[in-house]
Amino acid sequence: MSINNYIFLASALFSIGVIGVLTRRNAIIIFMCVELMLNAVNLLLVAFSKMHYLTASVIDHTTKAGTDGQIFVFFIMVVAAAEVSVGLAIIVMMYRNIHSVDVNFLNRLKH
Amino acid sequence: MSKIVFLVPLIPFFGFLINGLGRPVISKSSAAIVGSGSVLISFILSVILFVNVKNGHGGVFNGFDFISVGKLQIPFSFQVDQLSSLFLLIITGIGFLIHVYSAAYMHEEKPADYARYFAYLNLFVFSMLLLVMGSNFVIMFMGWEGVGLCSYLLIGYWFKNNDYTNAAKKAFIMNRIGDLGFLLALFWMIQQFGTLNFAEVFSKAGSMPSNTAALTGITLLLFLGATGKSAQIPLYTWLPDAMAGPTPVSALIHAATMVTAGIYMIARSNVLYTLAPVTQGVVAVIGLATAILAATIALKQNDIKKVLAYSTVSQLGYMFLGLGVGAYTASVFHVMTHAFFKALLFLGAGSVIHACHHEQDIRNMGGLKKYLPITHITFLLACLAIAGIPPFSGFFSKDAILIGAYEHSPILFWVGLIGSLMTAFYMFRLYAMTFLGKFRGTHEQEHHLHESPFAMTFPLIILAVLSTVGGFLGVPELFAKDANWLEKFLSPVFEVSETKMPPHELPHSTEYVLLGITIVLVVVFIGWAIAKFRNYQKTEVEETGFGKILQNKWYVDEFYNAIIVKPLNKFSWFLDSIVEKSGIDGIVNGIGKFVNYSSRQLRLLQSGQVGAYILMMVVAALFFFIIQLFVK
Repeated sequence: MSINNYIFLASALFSIGVIGVLTRRNAIIIFMCVELMLNAVNLLLVAFSKMHYLTASVIDHTTKAGTDGQIFVFFIMVVAAAEVSVGLAIIVMMYRNIHSVDVNFLNRLKH
Repeated sequence: MSKIVFLVPLIPFFGFLINGLGRPVISKSSAAIVGSGSVLISFILSVILFVNVKNGHGGVFNGFDFISVGKLQIPFSFQVDQLSSLFLLIITGIGFLIHVYSAAYMHEEKPADYARYFAYLNLFVFSMLLLVMGSNFVIMFMGWEGVGLCSYLLIGYWFKNNDYTNAAKKAFIMNRIGDLGFLLALFWMIQQFGTLNFAEVFSKAGSMPSNTAALTGITLLLFLGATGKSAQIPLYTWLPDAMAGPTPVSALIHAATMVTAGIYMIARSNVLYTLAPVTQGVVAVIGLATAILAATIALKQNDIKKVLAYSTVSQLGYMFLGLGVGAYTASVFHVMTHAFFKALLFLGAGSVIHACHHEQDIRNMGGLKKYLPITHITFLLACLAIAGIPPFSGFFSKDAILIGAYEHSPILFWVGLIGSLMTAFYMFRLYAMTFLGKFRGTHEQEHHLHESPFAMTFPLIILAVLSTVGGFLGVPELFAKDANWLEKFLSPVFEVSETKMPPHELPHSTEYVLLGITIVLVVVFIGWAIAKFRNYQKTEVEETGFGKILQNKWYVDEFYNAIIVKPLNKFSWFLDSIVEKSGIDGIVNGIGKFVNYSSRQLRLLQSGQVGAYILMMVVAALFFFIIQLFVK
């Protein structure tokens, strides 16, 4: 499968994420959209590392090219998990304080 | 010996520290004891040093490496030889007497101010000792600056009076002009000789030909320094104003010691001056001109301290005349006798002022003879000494200078003689108006007239004795063979110069004639002055013509005001109100205003809407993304 397909898919996912973040007001959905963007990047990383490995293994089949991209994805997943826990905690606190998860009520940072 | 050498200046310095730091807590009597005691110890040590030098144990005493840059080595070391040990005695001896006098004179001050006064005086003594003891020009310069600072502090001692602070500033600034000359001379010497140690500089200069441009330049710049410190034309106007300080300060700093620093410096570098005849001519002419100018001004002054101040300027002029004609010993001799009688005159004036409740105008005095017997007698002795009546000290020293001038050129002698006649006249005018006739002040003042306490009359008596007999240290060869003890004592210092100068020997008959003429004329002038002013009556008539010019000091202050002070003030005003206010302030405030304005505008971006922030973030990310597409 051509690499282009992956790029299109990832771009689509990323755009959905961005638009979601921009347009939705529910903090949980915004959060999910952020996750979507992260995973779009993850997908791209995996795709590129695989492509990289295929090109390199034609010359030398013992090559380890592309493995760092795969490992990097794991890191992103770990960090994302940590981020989720912090983010959800923030949302819980937000709900406790203003009894809503609508980000438009969160305009008190202004002052 | 080495320890004593370093203790001499250190003890007054400790006195300064104790009085200066302990100012808030120290009592008056302990401040006076610390102040005078430290100088007394210093004096005793100086006597020991003097005896050692007399027995031939002088030399250079190394302290530590002070400055060492490349080939330039400037050690912190002291030189104790005939010249410096003589000055040590003058400074610490007269300094001690004046400290004792001050203890009584300043008794009205608050304890903290009293301690401050003694701290300044001790610091002055320390700096002055540094000046005369240094074995190179840098140490001398440090002392030179130190005494200038102390002079400033003490002139402005009553700093709440604006006139006094102005006088202090004037003294300091005029001294700075001279100091610049001194400093430039130091740099030139480093360039020329590669060292600033007296011994090396003089030995290197001694092997140079006479009259080179470098030597002339160096000596002229040094002389500029001397004109500032020793109040010569054109920088003399600070000294009369310096009388704003307490009277004992005038006696110690502005008569006996600090103002003679210039003479000491030139006498110390006599080798350089002997090799620069052009500078010597300048020194002699400026000295003589100052002597005459100041004497004419003194004729018409009515403030007791102003008369003495101008008299000091005039006498310093004589000393420079002596230096200029190569009569170094005579000049140093005059420094010594002048220190005795001028300190005595100032202290006497202080006693008079003290008795008259801070009255300084001699027109309001008179008839003080019967109220202040001790002050009267001592003041009279000092007047006789400064007028040059034999056998008082001033006679020997002044005539040594005048004879030296005659050997150089008779014109210098005759002009100098006119000056010394004026000296006799104004001193006895002062004497007659103060002590003779009837008291012209208010009844209240007359009621309070009293002789000063013993602490004040004691220094007067000592100084009167010294003024009377001090001259016998340098009896000219004319009267007794080999009687000039001072000349023999100082001869090692001026040895090199003596060999380079052609010897002048006047026939004894000429000298007798000159001395005779001088004495007769001086006596005539004294008689004239006493006759004219003994029954002085106050008149309201304004001085006219020449008298008015003299009373206004030849308008020199006004002249300096017009050509230097006023343009400078204008320039400062220009910098202050144009350049500073609208230029620099404008730029600085403009930047501030711009930041203020733009931040007020940018603040509106912070709406508090999270969505708006994210949108901006995405737009910015896209923007940079597109940019990096194009900028590869």
